[in-house]
Amino acid sequence: MMGEPEVIVELKGITKRFPGIVANDSIDLKLRKGEIHALLGENGAGKSTLMSILFGLYQPDEGEIHIRGRKAVIDGPGRAISLGIGMVHQHFKLVQPFTVAENIMLGAEPVKGVSLDYRTAHDKVRQISDQYGLKVDPKAKIEDITVGMQQRVEILKTLYRGADILIFDEPTAVLTVQEIRELMQILRNLTAEGKSIILITHKLAEIMEVSDTVTVIRRGKVVDTLRTAETNEEELAEKMVGRSVSFVPVKKERAPGEVVLSVEGLTVGTGREKKQLDNINLTIREGEIVGLAGVDGNGQHELIEVLTGIRKATSGRIMLNGQDVTNRQTRDLMDAGIAHIPEDRHKHGLVLDFTVSENIVLGSYRDDAFGRGILLDSKAVERYAEKLVGEYDVRTPSVQNKARSLSGGNQQKAIIARELERGPRLLIAMQPTRGLDVGAISFVHERLLQAKAEGKAILLISFELDELFNLSDKLVVIFDGQIMGEANPAETDGEKLGLMMAGKTMHAEGRG
Amino acid sequence: MDKWRNIFNPSSVFVPLGAIVLGLLSGAVIMLLGGYNPVDAYQALFRKVFGSPYDIGETIRTITPLLFTGLAVGFTYRAGLFNIGADGQYIMGMTGAAIVGIKLQLPWFIHAPLAVLVGAIFGGLWAALVGYLKASRGVNEVISSIMLNWIALYLSNYLLRALLLEPGQQRSYFIHESASVSIGWLSRALENARMDWGIFIGLIGAIVFYFLLWRTKQGYELRAVGLNPDAARYAGINIKSSIVKSMFIGGVFAGLGGVFEVLGVFHYQVLSAASSGYGFDGIAVALLGGNHPVGIVFASILFGTLTYGSAGMNFSADVPTEIVRIVIGAVIFFVASHGIIQGIVKPFMASRRKLDKKGAA
Repeated sequence: MMGEPEVIVELKGITKRFPGIVANDSIDLKLRKGEIHALLGENGAGKSTLMSILFGLYQPDEGEIHIRGRKAVIDGPGRAISLGIGMVHQHFKLVQPFTVAENIMLGAEPVKGVSLDYRTAHDKVRQISDQYGLKVDPKAKIEDITVGMQQRVEILKTLYRGADILIFDEPTAVLTVQEIRELMQILRNLTAEGKSIILITHKLAEIMEVSDTVTVIRRGKVVDTLRTAETNEEELAEKMVGRSVSFVPVKKERAPGEVVLSVEGLTVGTGREKKQLDNINLTIREGEIVGLAGVDGNGQHELIEVLTGIRKATSGRIMLNGQDVTNRQTRDLMDAGIAHIPEDRHKHGLVLDFTVSENIVLGSYRDDAFGRGILLDSKAVERYAEKLVGEYDVRTPSVQNKARSLSGGNQQKAIIARELERGPRLLIAMQPTRGLDVGAISFVHERLLQAKAEGKAILLISFELDELFNLSDKLVVIFDGQIMGEANPAETDGEKLGLMMAGKTMHAEGRG
Repeated sequence: MDKWRNIFNPSSVFVPLGAIVLGLLSGAVIMLLGGYNPVDAYQALFRKVFGSPYDIGETIRTITPLLFTGLAVGFTYRAGLFNIGADGQYIMGMTGAAIVGIKLQLPWFIHAPLAVLVGAIFGGLWAALVGYLKASRGVNEVISSIMLNWIALYLSNYLLRALLLEPGQQRSYFIHESASVSIGWLSRALENARMDWGIFIGLIGAIVFYFLLWRTKQGYELRAVGLNPDAARYAGINIKSSIVKSMFIGGVFAGLGGVFEVLGVFHYQVLSAASSGYGFDGIAVALLGGNHPVGIVFASILFGTLTYGSAGMNFSADVPTEIVRIVIGAVIFFVASHGIIQGIVKPFMASRRKLDKKGAA
């Protein structure tokens, strides 16, 4: 066996203070050539700050950065790029109407005479793409390609600029299961070609699968640096949150009660164009969690929008507590007992520039408890918000702070508090743990199970199979706007479910 | 939209204050370049404003329409709409008030309030039309309201000619005394400055602005729609009706501005070849005032003072009145590009900035 590969990046005693908080407290980190080094920590642990320092966005208050053995002062992203450091951000920075090649060459355009040399750009993009197995079409427009592809364009962009140290900031947060698998392969291809990678994440499974080394950060300090092969998920989770965490929530069996939601023959779209939802039948009972499995973009959004009154059904019926509520207004459906935890909490779940208290009454502000008639009693709103913030452990300096200033996990807690406390009969939760860290995920899961125990009917839509298996009483698979079949989570496995999610009906074998 | 929001919501009090100082300094520099003495000029400006009771009264008269159009722009902005059509709404308000004031004969306690009300509703409906077009057809409110400004101007001229014109004059008949909202005793107290109820209704308007948006459920809805229409829709708020309602209320503010100009100041309406410009000044007032009623009140006082005082600057320091337009322009420029001011006052705001960074990290 050869000796350890050379150290390509070394951070020595990096400290960064913000008023009232030490974001990084004398952090040491060594990245070796050709390795994938995972940086693990909860939201707010200081991972992003550290990487922003490495990428030149912040200056450290103390400490040194050594690149390839030489001390470097990185005073801006331009300097970082010239040192061969590239960053793939969580939120992509791409020009939507431009092609892939145009985005990649932006800022470093090859020129022939006075005109841009597209041919060279295309060739170079294709060549890099082939080298690392990225399979990107240089001529495709960004707005036409999937999120996974856009991410690859970001990767290509860094490679095009000659990066050999790549930082990935939560790269899988926006990807589907398949895309994650492909990304993992791309990461391996990159290291095989001699690139070194820092992977910021809080997803343990990914770390176990792909990384060589893992550094755990908690509250701005390095807790430990371990070789991935010599550790396991439980140990990492414990180091990350500082206490032991149970992964599998305890699912209590409960005899389901009355039917709460019954969807019959629900269809969106007419025969001429492709139907977005095609003859959906679905029943959810009191005290039952029905998990809707499927790859993103197979009708989940449309189904939720119809159930919440955002979109109109073309045909079919939606019955809530035995009442026909098809195509009612959102407000009527909310009054009838539907609550909704939307997938995109920034876009749909919160008014980010409203205070926490204003957000907590979004949906219930018309209640007489918050002011008589046309008046809004902000004192009453704040009292109510304070109560919920306490009960649901939403960490915020006060309820008058803007929702924007909260961390993702606390924003989600605020939404869950709001929706559950409205006393719904049916709760629709889409991707309720997206982008959350382990601690927040287990909180959300506990609350969903508690709501179930209280007899609420819950429709859980998720792209994480583990989540569906752990929480659901019944699994339903959606593909291309159609229900492919049902399964009992105790009797099925990921493979079978995956086949249905790919469009194979459950009864296909039986019927030949 | 986000871009507008960034420009339109300067986060602190420093920005508008800094902008005013820098604006006045810019004006001074330009005066120096032109060979004028800026100290004399600004002294003349303030002497003109505070020189006599008459001037104080007339300054207040200048402030009034700016206050109304500022409220009109600010209110709709809070609901997520950029109301560039306050000018047209202002003209419709004038026209509505003039028609009632001239054509009807009623006892004063009905006539004046009715004329005010009709003018306000004219302005409101004119704006609601913009809201309706946006809500039902998705027409961008900036485009439709700017077009409706011209339509309002010529429609108003047409109505004047058809119904109200005094023969041989370029203006309407005078309104009946019973429709006047001038305050005789106050005018007499201020050396016959043209005083009317407008400024008081304007200040009440600012209170209503605040009360509606922050103390009622309807206002909560409007603000939610303004900040995040998607989330508002998911919370069961009817976006389309919110758009129409907020435009209507904004239009009522602008319309009232026109109403008091006719019923309180001139007592007639003139045929106009071009718009008054009050609607566009209203955008500047709302911008400087941070779309908050208190800010709008102060901003309208500032702009009204500068505008009225510029005459004195011209008269006693021989500085052209256009200099004041440059000062106002510079103030707006510095508010809009508040990064410049934050750069200058950085040492004072260092702690704030660090906090912001922490939030971003």
